[in-house]
Amino acid sequence: MQSVTANCVIRDRAVLKNGETFFENKRAGLGEFLLALYQYLGLNYPRFYKMDALSKLGWLATEVLLKDSFKAEDYKPEDVGIVLANANSSFDTDIKYFETVKEIPSPSLFVYTLPSIMIGEICIRNNFKGESAFFVSQRYDADFVEQYVRGLMDENGLRACIFGWVDLLGEAGEAEIFLLEKKMGSA
Amino acid sequence: MTDIFIVSDNILSPLGVTTAENFSQLRLGVSGVRRHEDAAMSVEPFYAALFDREHFKQVGSGPQSSDASLDKFTKFELLLIASITDALRNSGIAAIDSKTIFILSTTKGNISLLETGANDPALADRVSLHGSARRLAEYFGFVNRPVVVSNACISGIVAMLTARRLIRSGQYEHAVVAGADMITKFILSGFQAFQAVSAGPCKPFDKTRDGINLGEGAASVILSSNAKYSSGIKLMGGSVSNDANHLSAPSRTGEELSYAITRSLEEAHLSAADIDLISAHGTATVYNDEMEARAISLAHLSSVPLNSLKGYYGHTLGAAGLIESIATLQSLREGIVLPSLGFSEMGVSGPLNICTELLSTPLKTCLKTASGFGGCNAALVLGKS
Repeated sequence: MQSVTANCVIRDRAVLKNGETFFENKRAGLGEFLLALYQYLGLNYPRFYKMDALSKLGWLATEVLLKDSFKAEDYKPEDVGIVLANANSSFDTDIKYFETVKEIPSPSLFVYTLPSIMIGEICIRNNFKGESAFFVSQRYDADFVEQYVRGLMDENGLRACIFGWVDLLGEAGEAEIFLLEKKMGSA
Repeated sequence: MTDIFIVSDNILSPLGVTTAENFSQLRLGVSGVRRHEDAAMSVEPFYAALFDREHFKQVGSGPQSSDASLDKFTKFELLLIASITDALRNSGIAAIDSKTIFILSTTKGNISLLETGANDPALADRVSLHGSARRLAEYFGFVNRPVVVSNACISGIVAMLTARRLIRSGQYEHAVVAGADMITKFILSGFQAFQAVSAGPCKPFDKTRDGINLGEGAASVILSSNAKYSSGIKLMGGSVSNDANHLSAPSRTGEELSYAITRSLEEAHLSAADIDLISAHGTATVYNDEMEARAISLAHLSSVPLNSLKGYYGHTLGAAGLIESIATLQSLREGIVLPSLGFSEMGVSGPLNICTELLSTPLKTCLKTASGFGGCNAALVLGKS
């Protein structure tokens, strides 16, 4: 039995967890908002400061999604996968990286010029090692992504999967992600 | 169980414009990697496998030379048009069939426009990967909304596995999977900043390997669940995993790639002993090749003949998984094991059975692997049907 056990939406500088407001900072710029959310979560994860804005957004959305909703001890690393999509790929960081090429190309920015790096960041944080994929589409194609993820659960060994949309360009950032879990018969 | 058949394929690279042309060059040991001096790309000379300008004149004035609609396409898109056109030719598969899905694999698409264009909203649209996919879909008349895979250096394999999965789910009967990347200053400068580019031709798995060569190319493969279109090869299975360790350095143990390999074999209902050939990622960076060697050993595949095709093509990024899978399925068809160009002395904690000369031998099944930034790994199994 597969079911969506949690969701997280970040939009218009507000965070919703399972439909309820988790955090908001309406007047902040995007970078300020992401930092404020990180601080609100009370985490000590120095890697966060190295991430590009897209990875920060996807990573924070995942932190909120999993908080109090996901029991890591129920799963092996290979059981958990991630399938994400967006419209702007890593273009926000591509622009920033290419600015550095005019002076000294920055390897620490270059590594973020791939949208799937966000998946790597989430995997590193949570020790997830299962199937993953990154798709690019103009708008979120929920039917496509959900069917793909359910296929991974049925045929490719996943028992849980984080999936959804994480898009960012300039001051516009939006995430809508879900946790799908295969539940064994519970008491 | 739905079998997924390879219908037709194309490699468009500096070595040739069809799979057959490419394979005949590979058999002769010809490499596309050359030394380039181009101040617009790099202050230092560099080794890479690039198309020359003459090639783009040919691409631009190909069979559809009278077609003014080609004017609106970038070089990246023109490569894909030429590659897909060749793969569709005589395949029996129609782009306009509602049971056909188009899947595009690329890492950076039209990023070169960032180097020349003004940074405005129109640029964001022109650079967008879904925009390229939409224009290509319109050109060929694909009726379903295309799928774009952008998954670092495993994109090509993920695209083929996505095709397999979409067909097996019953959503489509055929898939046209195409991939390409251009080597631009954007990409070259980044790999140079990582100190990842070799000072000479790359040497996968060799003791003196010191980095990658980049390469340009496009490739297409058409897949179908309908056996009547089969060219005699099946995509038998495949899997993806993540190291969960580091963004730019691979796993120390190779355990995670090994897991993807093992799951791919399970999906194909094969054991390690059934694999006749491994086409490795083999980028010729110190860490990638060592990780791969460990993964292959963990998967009990150390004795299987293995090559990396990076010595011929360089690292073609979003096209790599496709180009190398297609060259490998051509190996299956022709019963030819290609030598791993650039290798002379074992430079990884082996044992590995690295091919050093061309072998003629019957081949039934092969394994293709890839890994990339973000700690991603992928594997797939091809076999004669």
